[in-house]
Amino acid sequence: MSEVLVVVEHADGSVKKVTSELLTLARTMGEPSAVWIGPGYSDAAAAVLGEFGAAKVYVADGAQYIDHPVAPRAEVLASLVADQSPSAVLIASSADGKETAGRLAIKINSGVITDAIGISAEGIATQSVFGGSTVVHSKVTKGTPIFTVRPNSTPPVPAAVTTTRVDVSVPISEVAMKAKVTGRTVAQKDGRPDLSEAAIVVSGGRGVGAPEGFAVIEALADSLGAAVGASRAATDAGWYPHQYQVGQTGKTVSPQLYMANGISGAIQHRAGMQTSKTIVVVNKDPEAPLFELADFGVVGDLFKVVPQLTEEIKKRA
Amino acid sequence: MKIAVCVKQVPDTWAEKKLRSDDSTLDREAADGVMNELDEYAVEEALKVQAAHGGEVIIVTMGPERAGETVRKALSMGADGAIHLVDDAFHGSDALATSYAIATVLAGRGFDLIFFGSESTDARMSVVPAMVAERLGMAQLTFAQKVDVMGTSVTIQRVTDYGFETVEASMPTVVSVVEKINEPRYPSFKGIMAAKKKPVETLSIADAGLDVSQLGLAAAWTVVEDFAARPPKVAGTVVTDDGDGGIKLADFLAAQKFI
Ligand SMILES: Cc1cc2nc3c(=O)[nH]c(=O)nc-3n(C[C@H](O)[C@H](O)[C@H](O)COP(=O)(O)OP(=O)(O)OC[C@H]3O[C@@H](n4cnc5c(N)ncnc54)[C@H](O)[C@@H]3O)c2cc1C
Ligand SMILES: Nc1ncnc2c1ncn2[C@@H]1O[C@H](COP(=O)(O)O)[C@@H](O)[C@H]1O
Repeated sequence: MSEVLVVVEHADGSVKKVTSELLTLARTMGEPSAVWIGPGYSDAAAAVLGEFGAAKVYVADGAQYIDHPVAPRAEVLASLVADQSPSAVLIASSADGKETAGRLAIKINSGVITDAIGISAEGIATQSVFGGSTVVHSKVTKGTPIFTVRPNSTPPVPAAVTTTRVDVSVPISEVAMKAKVTGRTVAQKDGRPDLSEAAIVVSGGRGVGAPEGFAVIEALADSLGAAVGASRAATDAGWYPHQYQVGQTGKTVSPQLYMANGISGAIQHRAGMQTSKTIVVVNKDPEAPLFELADFGVVGDLFKVVPQLTEEIKKRA
Repeated sequence: MKIAVCVKQVPDTWAEKKLRSDDSTLDREAADGVMNELDEYAVEEALKVQAAHGGEVIIVTMGPERAGETVRKALSMGADGAIHLVDDAFHGSDALATSYAIATVLAGRGFDLIFFGSESTDARMSVVPAMVAERLGMAQLTFAQKVDVMGTSVTIQRVTDYGFETVEASMPTVVSVVEKINEPRYPSFKGIMAAKKKPVETLSIADAGLDVSQLGLAAAWTVVEDFAARPPKVAGTVVTDDGDGGIKLADFLAAQKFI
């Protein structure tokens, strides 16, 4: 069977859920090998990758991969593609992932498809475009197909194998190190699930009114084990940190359940949540455009509806 | 300082977007064209850098004749001139082809800074800036919510999943911006009048010295097999809160097995 390279998404040494999804998907296309780029590879990481079927893990360890964004990662992948001739490369559809795919595509002169939500054994990708109104099937016709895949599009299924670590050392060019990270501001972790990967997202918008208003949103999220999201109106006002913004210029989420509270439904917000499986809307304005997408909507004051819902969930737990 | 800004004309943000039934490319005739929103932020940021450091701002676009409207808008905002790549044979170009055309016209013109929006609203790939940087052997300073130019060095705040990174590179460099960076200006009447006299260099594939076998639908690195409109979402239930909205919502969540 042909080898499919799966680029591991990791943070603080732990493998993100999207990687188990990508490995699951890769198993339907060939034999998955994982590619770990950056420091922090450990037995724990190997265990997760093995659990989802990565027989081989290529490890490119080194600080240069976090000190210089994107370009060095593309060089590692280009060298692996040249050496291993895989049948495809799968990368998570994050901002970094897409840019890595873009640079890699130029290096290896191969087509790239971004934001796939599925890929067939024959390499035909499914995309949901134009705000979910159109489903497109497409494929790469030149080179080694590169796909970036949206989180939450394949349920992860274990298929344990023993993993072998294969160290790769690729000399990184001067060009790839031209951009240098000189500082990092990591916002406080909130202990909730990762926004892009969460099964349930509870969001608040301008209707939340003030930073303190987010307490009711967080309480609802916690009663459901959900992540918290926000509209740009809320992040721009400084009521909630920017990295929780959902939408075109924020995160794209596709959870099982998306709950929008006090969000009108501008096209840029929809762009980031439209493909959620079930959508719930609470808004005091019955004309709010987001009601068009709602599976269930409540016209009312979120400060009445949301706390009552939270109480009710706790009661029924 | 020589600054380029790559802008794209896209279907109006609120227009319903469709693929053409004949060749599965975006139907650009079906809706009004506007400048890709994020590219307005790129133009604004370029004009700000110019105001602080001097130099000129040149708009670069690849697109059909009517993309000239978008070029004129950027000139009305204050850019000094433009390069417009127009050729029927560009039709159907994918990201690799687009980046090839843009990188080729930019190369050798001595630009210190090349600005982009971080994403186009039609393709939504967020790859063209990285691809152009790769082709030109330049650094990429992308997803910037803040740009500072000091001497020959450029520092940005790059928005990441967990906060932001400060990233630095020497010029020449590619920069892409997000919408947090500024508030794009509206063209003034004076700006609109002045734009009419500004130079626009219109280049065909041959003029730009591009290899036509790398461009257009036939040369694309990807192909659409088929597409289908998803049936519009069946309208859900909307209730008005009469003091029990939260309970009704809980009933719905329970019926859907979320609780
Ligand atoms: C280039 C660009 C990129 C953008 N990217 C994004 C993005 O990534 N994400 C994003 O979200 N937006 C984005 N936007 C902004 C977007 O256009 C909207 O301005 C924004 O989404 C509005 O946020 P909102 O719905 O919270 O606010 P509003 O549109 O002001 O809506 C607030 C809603 O709250 C309701 N409300 C008020 N009080 C209550 C109450 N007590 N109870 C219940 N309901 C109440 C109101 O009826 C109203 O419908 C972008 C815009 C541009 C130009
Ligand atoms: N045809 C084009 N002409 C000029 N610039 C473009 C074109 N296509 C994309 N771009 C630039 O690349 C950015 C990202 O586009 P994309 O990768 O398609 O999401 C846009 O915001 C533009 O700045």
